[in-house]
Amino acid sequence: MKKTGPVEIVKPKDLGEAIAFVRKGGMPLAGGTDAFVRIRKGFWDPPFLVYIGELPELREVEIREGGAEVGAAVTHAELLRSEVPRRLPIFRLVLEKLGAPAIREMGTIGGNVANASPAGDTLIPLYLLEARVNLVGPDGERSLAIEEFVLGPGKTALREGELIVSFWIPFPEGDPVPYFHKVGRRRALYIAVLSLGALLWLEGDVIREMRLALGAVAPTVVRPREVEAKLRGRRLSHEDLEPLCAELSAATSSITDIRGPDWYRREAAGRLLLGLLRLREA
Amino acid sequence: MLKIYFELNGEPMYVEIKPGEMLLDLLRRLGMKSVKEGCRTGECGACTVLLDGKPVRSCLTFAAKIKGHRVTTLEGLGSPANPHPLQEAFLETGAVQCGFCTPGMILVAYDLLSRNPDPTPEEVREAITGNLCRCTGYVKIVEAVLLAAKRRREGVWR
Ligand SMILES: Cc1cc2nc3c(=O)[nH]c(=O)nc-3n(C[C@H](O)[C@H](O)[C@H](O)COP(=O)(O)OP(=O)(O)OC[C@H]3O[C@@H](n4cnc5c(N)ncnc54)[C@H](O)[C@@H]3O)c2cc1C
Ligand code: FES
Ligand code: FES
Repeated sequence: MKKTGPVEIVKPKDLGEAIAFVRKGGMPLAGGTDAFVRIRKGFWDPPFLVYIGELPELREVEIREGGAEVGAAVTHAELLRSEVPRRLPIFRLVLEKLGAPAIREMGTIGGNVANASPAGDTLIPLYLLEARVNLVGPDGERSLAIEEFVLGPGKTALREGELIVSFWIPFPEGDPVPYFHKVGRRRALYIAVLSLGALLWLEGDVIREMRLALGAVAPTVVRPREVEAKLRGRRLSHEDLEPLCAELSAATSSITDIRGPDWYRREAAGRLLLGLLRLREA
Repeated sequence: MLKIYFELNGEPMYVEIKPGEMLLDLLRRLGMKSVKEGCRTGECGACTVLLDGKPVRSCLTFAAKIKGHRVTTLEGLGSPANPHPLQEAFLETGAVQCGFCTPGMILVAYDLLSRNPDPTPEEVREAITGNLCRCTGYVKIVEAVLLAAKRRREGVWR
């Protein structure tokens, strides 16, 4: 492990100054649970860090007509304690499995998304709910769909000097049943080897409408839309789901990394679909 | 050099911090030797402290961040002469072997019991997921937290 020296940290007085510092080459710093780890391991060597974790514009959670606006520097623990999981219970399922209490107190949703890891847990609900990413930079504000924002592992549409300010998370129609399953290499404190999130609109045990999001099986989180379409009208039963496992596997373009080989992920991704059967018992 | 004000275990502090200094190093420099350096990458939990009552990794917290905030280390809960009920429960159940993980374990347990006075064994295990212990196998740690929780409900606490 390469030991790097201390990095200088600046604390801008407002959002405008933060943008100016980031434009000069500073790396945004929120909770530091990714940034300090990577600096420590020698993967990142930023000239200086710009602490944005306490800028008021990035700290708000607001329930509005039609959706929730969540500031980028809101921590996972704060989001769990907010109104959001009550309106959008998929967030509870996901955030309770993210890291450990101290990691949730520090890590932010903005940091998780800016990292653009295919295994980033908060991306699953954001993809399922078709959230938008609100950005601000030297040229003003803009907003992108989450799927346009995340481009690949560690790659985003962020331009020079731009920051994520907040996420707009629309409330879905009706009351879809949330589902989240994360597979790891051990029982505690794990990064997903793969994960499946879903929202199901059910009529009895018939799937009226369905959204799926797969984590860690491709360069970004994926929405297998063909599989979603084929699931419509099917029953939540083994016979009805089984035939689509292979198609779900095909929707992955797997990656091999330290957490597992691609053949495993491809095989396992398909089988994850059968996990939805657990919802029948509920 | 930057001087910051913060509260450490109930005492006001006004100290100089070094550029880029991490909270872990600052606290040890101030004599808080219960704060342990294990991995420095957030994974082991040995460096856990409470920031405004919430658990954080001091190895991933830059010192200047605590300006104006409240920090609690194990020294703030109890001492050998006057141990905290959690510390007593850990000793009685044999939840301490080498002791390296103990300060972090006790602080996350303290946070858990302040949120949830009557946790299930599963909730205790979930609270300590981020704290590794190489010695005990966790069973006795879970027992210790449950014992302390029981005593807390009976009024033995501070
Ligand atoms: C022990 C441990 C366990 C973990 N477990 C999980 C897990 O289970 N699931 C998971 O998904 N992640 C996990 N992580 C990773 C990490 O905690 C999360 O990704 C976290 O959400 C990152 O947020 P942060 O605020 O700490 O980011 P930081 O480290 O502060 O920043 C991360 C990156 O995002 C950029 N950034 C931050 N905020 C903004 C912004 N507003 N605008 C633009 N760029 C920004 C930074 O410049 C940096 O490049 C774990 C980490 C550790 C150390
Ligand atoms: S030293 Fe901080 S978590 Fe291991
Ligand atoms: S008692 Fe030795 S690490 Fe836990």
